[in-house]
Amino acid sequence: MSLTLLNVIFAVVVAIAFAAANAAYLVWAERRGAARIQRRPGPNINGPFGLLQPPLDGIKLMAKQLIIPGGADKVLFIAAPVLAMYPAIMSFVTIPFSDTIVAHNINVGILMIFAFASTGSMSLIFAGWSSRNKYSMMSAVRAVSQSVAYEIPMLITTITVVMIAGSMDLMEIVHQQSRSILHWNIFPLLGNSHNILMPASFLIFFICTLAETNRAPFDLGEAESELVAGFHTEYGSMGFGLFFMGEYANIVIGACMTTILFLGGWSCPFGLFPGVWWFLLKLYLLIATFIWIRWTFPRTTIYGLLNLSWKILIPLSLVNLLLTAGLIKVF
Amino acid sequence: MISSTPIAAPPALLSADGLVGVIFLVMIGVTIIGGLIACNSERLVRAVAGLIVCFVGVAGLYYFLNSPFVAMMQVLIYVGAVAVTISFAIMLAAPEEQKKIGVSGPLIGPFGFGTAALIAGGFSVLAVRTEWPVIAKINDGSIKKIGIQLLTNYSMVFELISIVLLIAIIGALVIARVERKN
Repeated sequence: MSLTLLNVIFAVVVAIAFAAANAAYLVWAERRGAARIQRRPGPNINGPFGLLQPPLDGIKLMAKQLIIPGGADKVLFIAAPVLAMYPAIMSFVTIPFSDTIVAHNINVGILMIFAFASTGSMSLIFAGWSSRNKYSMMSAVRAVSQSVAYEIPMLITTITVVMIAGSMDLMEIVHQQSRSILHWNIFPLLGNSHNILMPASFLIFFICTLAETNRAPFDLGEAESELVAGFHTEYGSMGFGLFFMGEYANIVIGACMTTILFLGGWSCPFGLFPGVWWFLLKLYLLIATFIWIRWTFPRTTIYGLLNLSWKILIPLSLVNLLLTAGLIKVF
Repeated sequence: MISSTPIAAPPALLSADGLVGVIFLVMIGVTIIGGLIACNSERLVRAVAGLIVCFVGVAGLYYFLNSPFVAMMQVLIYVGAVAVTISFAIMLAAPEEQKKIGVSGPLIGPFGFGTAALIAGGFSVLAVRTEWPVIAKINDGSIKKIGIQLLTNYSMVFELISIVLLIAIIGALVIARVERKN
């Protein structure tokens, strides 16, 4: 066994463990958060604060039988939940948590994460199609139109940030923002951009992250009041578990990207206690916001969802792109 | 920059070079298997799945050839956009209809085999006889370098691609118009 091979195995194991642990415990955080907002206790029996709930749920799900409906396409039916989890794990390869904590920094890091994120909707399509169920099918069609619609403003906003930083290297983007808190890309005045619309850019990116991870108020794919449970209607046991974990792993990636692109990554405000915990603090604050939004906003309609993207977010992000380009040229 | 070196002895399997070689072979295998699934499956969605596997294999080959930018663009555009659009079209058209698509055309049978054998033999001869030059890395593959190259040395190609896209859009509009009149 050579050192390279050991390094690779170590990085892979850590990435998978981080993704899985986050996915499992964010389910717990979501259930506790939902309970708090709805004034009920939530899972609090197993272990202190109900902290043993996720592993027990995992054991329960794995012990159950995986039922494949008759007439389903078996290969794709089994492949779909696996595909739900892998984009997030692949993305952890290049996400820098601090100056030193990164598995493999490549100079097209942003591109890599968006490339794998864009393949995530394939899992929903395959799940919806292979289930041979009308509700699953409709959910898959919705999921595709949603992911196509929201990828555009998301990528335009990202291009704005890439233009400001002049690089697609995630490390480089954070380094450019780490001079002071006012150099973070969310703040418009100092830094490279001078663009007063940067906070709007941040909001657009955040809304697109919500939509791309299929979170309420944009969870039209699994709208349980209309489509039973959408694309995972026919899934039981760990198949369902993998979809669930994939959703949370994708949320972590979305929050990581928001932190890196707009909130200065691991750079600390006013030089206080520099370190990886600033990254984690920003990351989990964003995830808490995700949970908070899910339980306080009602679900939109599919038309409202598509109108928001095509009529508001895309024109706004294009204006922002042009303005940023002009301001970079002027200053 | 160009120097031709003879092929050295194969490296040990678990050394860095050996592992890279294994990954290269795996990527070639993935590409071929994906292509076979795409051509031979009866269900259209499975064919799309095969196509995706094939695209991912090609992206792996690009990464192997020191161009991560092209590899990532391959995944982003072909898997993330083209394959998703194809499956969207399939779902909107007729998901339940599964006609058995027979193999047909004038090249079936002995002619097909002959053509395939000729092409395969020709490529094999070329691959073995050619003295392959080993080219050093041209640049670091960063976005800046690629952008400068695209807008200076390769600006003709760049412009031609945009014309191809324009023609594709016009063609799609024309087809849509004809359908609407009917």
